[in-house]
Amino acid sequence: MDMPRPDAAILSRKAAIVARLQAALPAGAVIHDAAETRAYECDALTAYRCAPLCVVLPGSTEEVAAALRICHAEGVPVVPRGAGTSLAGGALPTADCVVLGIARMNGVIETNYADRYIRVQAGRTNLSVTGAVEAQGFFYAPDPSSQLACAIAGNVAMNSGGAHCLKYGVTTNNLLGVTMVLMDGTVVTLGGAHMDAGGLDLLGVVCGSEGQLGVVTEATLRILPKPEGARPVLIGFDSNEVAGACVSDIIKAGVLPVAIEFMDRPCIRATEAFAHAGYPDCEALLIVEVEGAPAEIDDQLARITAIARRHNPVELREARDGDEAARIWLGRKSAFGAMGQINDYVCLDGTIPVSQLPNVLRRIGEISRQYGLDVGNVFHAGDGNMHPLILYNANTPGELEKCEAMGADILRLCVEVGGCLTGEHGVGIEKRDLMVSQFAPDDLEIQMAVKDVFDPGWLLNPAKVFPLAASEARRAA
Amino acid sequence: MKLMEPETEAQVADAIRDAAGPLVLRGGGTRGLGAVAGDVLSLAALRGVELYEPGALTLVVRAGTPLAEVGALLAGEGQRLAFEPPDLRGLLGRSGDSTIGGVVAANASGPRRVQAGACRDFVLGLRFVDGHGRVLRNGGRVMKNVTGYDLGKLMAGSQGTLGVLTEVALKVLPVPETEATLVLPGRTLADAVAAMAAALGSPFEVSGAAWEGGAALLRVEGFAGSVGYRAEQLQALLAAHGESVVLDPEASAARWAGLRDVAGFAGRAGDVWRIACRPSDAPALVARSGDRATVQLDWGGGLIWALVPEGTDLRARLGVYDGHATLLRGTGGPVFQPEAAPVAALAAGLRARFDPRGIFNRGLMG
Ligand SMILES: Cc1cc2nc3c(=O)[nH]c(=O)nc-3n(C[C@H](O)[C@H](O)[C@H](O)COP(=O)(O)OP(=O)(O)OC[C@H]3O[C@@H](n4cnc5c(N)ncnc54)[C@H](O)[C@@H]3O)c2cc1C
Repeated sequence: MDMPRPDAAILSRKAAIVARLQAALPAGAVIHDAAETRAYECDALTAYRCAPLCVVLPGSTEEVAAALRICHAEGVPVVPRGAGTSLAGGALPTADCVVLGIARMNGVIETNYADRYIRVQAGRTNLSVTGAVEAQGFFYAPDPSSQLACAIAGNVAMNSGGAHCLKYGVTTNNLLGVTMVLMDGTVVTLGGAHMDAGGLDLLGVVCGSEGQLGVVTEATLRILPKPEGARPVLIGFDSNEVAGACVSDIIKAGVLPVAIEFMDRPCIRATEAFAHAGYPDCEALLIVEVEGAPAEIDDQLARITAIARRHNPVELREARDGDEAARIWLGRKSAFGAMGQINDYVCLDGTIPVSQLPNVLRRIGEISRQYGLDVGNVFHAGDGNMHPLILYNANTPGELEKCEAMGADILRLCVEVGGCLTGEHGVGIEKRDLMVSQFAPDDLEIQMAVKDVFDPGWLLNPAKVFPLAASEARRAA
Repeated sequence: MKLMEPETEAQVADAIRDAAGPLVLRGGGTRGLGAVAGDVLSLAALRGVELYEPGALTLVVRAGTPLAEVGALLAGEGQRLAFEPPDLRGLLGRSGDSTIGGVVAANASGPRRVQAGACRDFVLGLRFVDGHGRVLRNGGRVMKNVTGYDLGKLMAGSQGTLGVLTEVALKVLPVPETEATLVLPGRTLADAVAAMAAALGSPFEVSGAAWEGGAALLRVEGFAGSVGYRAEQLQALLAAHGESVVLDPEASAARWAGLRDVAGFAGRAGDVWRIACRPSDAPALVARSGDRATVQLDWGGGLIWALVPEGTDLRARLGVYDGHATLLRGTGGPVFQPEAAPVAALAAGLRARFDPRGIFNRGLMG
């Protein structure tokens, strides 16, 4: 993955730029020592690393604005950063950039249970948003697996999803408003605690814009009352086709599970060896979870198991209590860790139409054989959001490149069958150059025109999302 | 004034490239707001279903497809548009067939918005023609998609000022087995807002919370067992707010159709405003609207419909609050809420990029 060559003029002015930032921000808010900036050299796409010019850690919207005004005046690119858990390289610095870390801004500004929202500083972690409201019986619905670490700022930037988004939607469906600072230091408020925009829905386009339109400093989030209870059922099948058909039938039947997770045999085996969750050794496994009062759960599970039985499952295991539920989820929750035990892996997240599941799984198998790298599939089946994990060995020269080429083939396949490159992780640098397989040049042009409006100088996270060739003229201007 | 009725996307693009002046974009002409001038570009002939996969909850249709046709197609598979688009013909005194493109351009969402989401939340992708006459695509047809910027949200609710929608991909949902509505009659507005907050803050999945004619109304939908259980639980939860009765499914459906379409205001003189706010601010905002305002609430109080004497500058009365007001019918001010300067500048910048000649519904949104 190429990154633009750093601007030598900026590198040579490092001392002056750091001094200006230090003068504008409190002591300790500017990190410029090479040993310390290394902590910010990558996000969770660890194959790519580059220490920034310096890092600023503002404590307020005003300080963010002050830092941005300086960078704007100096013509220095800025890479916003939440917790650095992006899997797409969204927070990867360039040597000539200032990383603007939002993590110190992690407070709760307001909770309002009558109107069902919470207003937080954007550096607050996802899980601690729920933590702030759960005593009152509420929760914040989008739940990325990284929720212990990732920040709301990153969630907004990536429009992150989670296991429960089949029922509750992703970040954009649960975001009511933001305070955001534009690259020139202008503070704007979009949305609020009310629903929907009075004019153009700018909030809707800011969510998912990967830190390219502004630095989000505060967010107003919808909170929901916790369901009375939840219970999963585990269903094993001896073919991916049948499992896929079962998913479709469940969706059609009008039961709205909160989650339908899918694991294939390589993933089941790795997980069993690692977590001993007692999964059956079968071709495909579904975990379907429903919510409600005990009788409602019984009713929905009865409908789901009736559908599943029509597909002759090799295993059908209903959780009768919390322990059994936890056991069913144990394997799924440790799947990534289990795969990581075997090898290094790259996790893709292309989305496909649910009807294409069996076909795509078969073709991923073929691609895997062609490249000679193993793939495990564990994903959100209800919404077609695949998560193929390609196993490789980072210490074998050339294997990362091979793995990336194979990943690109899989993602192009997702697009070919009517899907997209990324369902929740974002484009970042990882899928940047594949954008041309999903979009025509004009489709990218109109998106870049949006960035032109918010950030005319293309200083905010400029080398992401759009193929470098497509954005070159704008970045150079 | 010319009327153009392209039948294909390419013809739409031609018409835009060839346009000598402003264009009035029209779907069915049933919900467009404000008065705009120019040649009429009707999308009514650009119709038809591209794809419908009930098992994937996905529908892709051309923009001019009548809403009624979409509804009938979905009903055939036991599915529906869950955001419950209102039929405002009665309220606005219009006739004609509402189109799906018009619904999306207006981000038209009904009572279920409070639970299921707005129209914009169901837009999976779309195709549109911008002011240069370029045919553009954004999003796709899948349920989760963060590939590039989400222009679907931007286009939904842009009232035809950024581009001409030619095709939309929507997420659809199954029609629940049954529904019921709890009616709490004789409630003051403040008490109704408190009762609705308690209901919406409960785990009983309330899919409609409105106040009309002194009665608070709470809807639950789902399988029969669930609906019965939840209606009972809600009754117990709200016992302190007084007696309640439960409407059967037919009565419930009819009542919500009326609330959705603001049928109570149809044919009555005066200006009609739609105010989005924090639910708990609703009582104060209604008080500020004055004695001569007739109101009904939706979204638990988060949406106020107000009928006021013609020419009333309701925005001036409401003052500053967290929300915005749209003038749906009448003369009491600009149609859309004026925005703070930096936000207005961004919106103007986007319009200049999407529609450099300013030909789409000129002047409607600013
Ligand atoms: C183990 C693991 C599991 C994961 N599981 C999921 C999952 O289930 N679902 C999912 O969707 N994702 C998942 N992710 C990906 C990642 O956690 C999400 O993308 C997350 O939202 C990133 O948040 P962050 O705070 O770490 O952001 P960062 O990684 O710091 O940044 C992500 C992007 O946001 C931008 N950004 C950061 N702060 C701001 C700001 N203040 N203003 C504007 N832009 C900003 C950055 O520039 C960057 O482009 C997972 C990652 C890991 C490592």
